[in-house]
Amino acid sequence: MMIASLFATVALPSAWDTLAQHCITGLTNGTLIALIALGYTMVYGIIELVNFAHGDLVMLGACLALTLLALVGIGDNASLEAAFLGIAVILLVVPVFTAGLNYGVDRLVYKPLRKAPRLAPLVSAIGVSYIFQNIGLLWIGPADRSFPSLIPETNLLGNDALVRVTWKDLMVVAITVPLMIALTVFVKYTKLGTAMRATAQDPLAAQLMGIPSDRVIGATFLIGGALAGFSGVIYALYINVIGYQIGFQYGLYAFTAAVLGGIGKIPGAVLGGLIIGMVRSLGSGYVGERWTAALIFGILIVILIFRPSGLLGERRREKV
Amino acid sequence: MNNWRFWLYLELGLLVGFLLYPLVGVDGVVLQWTGRPLGSDLTILFVFAVLALGLNVVLGYTGLLHLGIAAFFGIGAYITAILLVRDYPFQVGFVAALAAAVVGAALAGLLVGAPTLRLRGDYLALVTLGFGEVVRVTLRNFENLTGGMSPLTNVPQPFQQANPAVAWIPMYYIALVALLLSYLLLRRLELSRVGRAWNAIREDELAAACMGLRAARIKLSAFALGAGLAGLAGCLYAVSIRTTSDPEAYGFNRSVLVLCCVILGGLGSLRGAILGVFLLIGFDNILTPMLDSAIQRSGFVESVQASMTDPEARELARRLLTFTNWKLAIFGIVLVLMMRFRPEGLLPSARVQLELHSEEETKAQDHPSRIIRPADLRERR
Repeated sequence: MMIASLFATVALPSAWDTLAQHCITGLTNGTLIALIALGYTMVYGIIELVNFAHGDLVMLGACLALTLLALVGIGDNASLEAAFLGIAVILLVVPVFTAGLNYGVDRLVYKPLRKAPRLAPLVSAIGVSYIFQNIGLLWIGPADRSFPSLIPETNLLGNDALVRVTWKDLMVVAITVPLMIALTVFVKYTKLGTAMRATAQDPLAAQLMGIPSDRVIGATFLIGGALAGFSGVIYALYINVIGYQIGFQYGLYAFTAAVLGGIGKIPGAVLGGLIIGMVRSLGSGYVGERWTAALIFGILIVILIFRPSGLLGERRREKV
Repeated sequence: MNNWRFWLYLELGLLVGFLLYPLVGVDGVVLQWTGRPLGSDLTILFVFAVLALGLNVVLGYTGLLHLGIAAFFGIGAYITAILLVRDYPFQVGFVAALAAAVVGAALAGLLVGAPTLRLRGDYLALVTLGFGEVVRVTLRNFENLTGGMSPLTNVPQPFQQANPAVAWIPMYYIALVALLLSYLLLRRLELSRVGRAWNAIREDELAAACMGLRAARIKLSAFALGAGLAGLAGCLYAVSIRTTSDPEAYGFNRSVLVLCCVILGGLGSLRGAILGVFLLIGFDNILTPMLDSAIQRSGFVESVQASMTDPEARELARRLLTFTNWKLAIFGIVLVLMMRFRPEGLLPSARVQLELHSEEETKAQDHPSRIIRPADLRERR
């Protein structure tokens, strides 16, 4: 008894700290997953294609970031200015590269399949994912590579604070959240965004209204690719280890997040990403790291049983 | 190609060929030439063919996108190993273990299928994918039961041979017979009441339900049969290679690989699924290592590396000149090209082909392609 009560008094405050810490990690991770999930959801929303290659595009973005940093010679112990410059360079170049790549793949692979049955583009996307993985494998090799840590991990709350919030956490949120806001504003209020929503609702009707559906789809792939590029850079800067299979792992989480929130819905992807991030970090804190994957998919299955179209997805009436 | 006599002779010829292969003693010769034990490689191909037939029931006949078939394969393999290996108190014998693996995997299929089959399309795909990952993680983490990351080894084989040169032969025949029986079973089911119900669900679930078919039940039966066949394949796999191999072997990647086999061969086509396995998994398991050892023996890499001084460039040269490192890209390119130019697969089922090309066909025939009696289908083959 005495030991138990003693334990309780000591453990209680620190238990709250641990919880807060897990929440911070979870939210940071969650915003990153949400950003990747947005790429899935954008493309799905418009042509109902689960773009299996999106995660691998994120990986290629991270590979390019690694190569670029090596080219300009910015490494682990770069000065603050150099690090800042390096981050600026990769944040500018990588999204352009991945956007172009995604656009090219759409024109080359998916566009001829627009009228084919649903399975055809899906299988093609799996094929593209394999090709991307192979490019990554040949590019950085089979082993994991460490990515220069350009962002200091000092605790923003002071060294003796019980909860750690680092520059890295801040960086993830500072890049991701504005991107999400920009995307939402873009889709809601610009002309192209409206065209996208129209095409998503009914491509034929949109075309009859004078919307060049095909160009709109191309633009969606450009934006999705750019998002993958940003995600790749943030992933590399935050996790600091990249390998050719990271796209698969994170892609799976992000895809799950997109479906969990209701695929095709932008707020749904964000919500799903945050939930998955929290489950991952709380799960590895309280259940065990190795069970997190099972936990995430278990929760996913349960949610889908009760809400078959995801949390924010709407139910569709079926028509013959 | 649609001449049934041609197919009958081809199939019988292949069957006789496979039946005779161990008896004529060419395995040793092949081993010497290519460095591959082709007999046991073929056994694995038969096993994967059974797995692909199982997936074909769910994906090809019923049209449910199933991304977790490897989980049921793993369940079958682990049930078998646990029931047979010395470390556990069961050791029930091969036949009982096989039955348990099939029933266990089918039950698992029912368990996942029952609550989730009302989900549609991509959501169902994600649930099957998720279930697959849950199974993989569970196999990895339940150390007490499954041995965790270290696979269960020394699975005893029936008719075990002392002579290592012929040790593969019993399992070869067992796997071949299992493949043959599964093939015949599905061949019969295809045109039976339930088989036609599966097809009706694939073509239009709502219309099928309006005609009085109980969609949920029919889908569940396909799901359970697919899982059962996957369990059978898992059992044969564990016994053939005498280990469960580690749980990572039952993850998403393998599910997708089998999916690719079925699609490459032709959805809903039994011959197609088997051909797909022989092409893709044959390429993956047999041809790739063969080519790599050939490259290695030729000393080509060393001669290229000799002209380089920079160690990083040498490493890059080695990476680029290893065939295995191009495998994924070749896979990917094949899938993309297939979908572009022959989406119905290499050996398409007549029905699916009509569905995919229904526009041209209906114009010519002036009546919907869906009105085909099973008798017509028989003619077509």
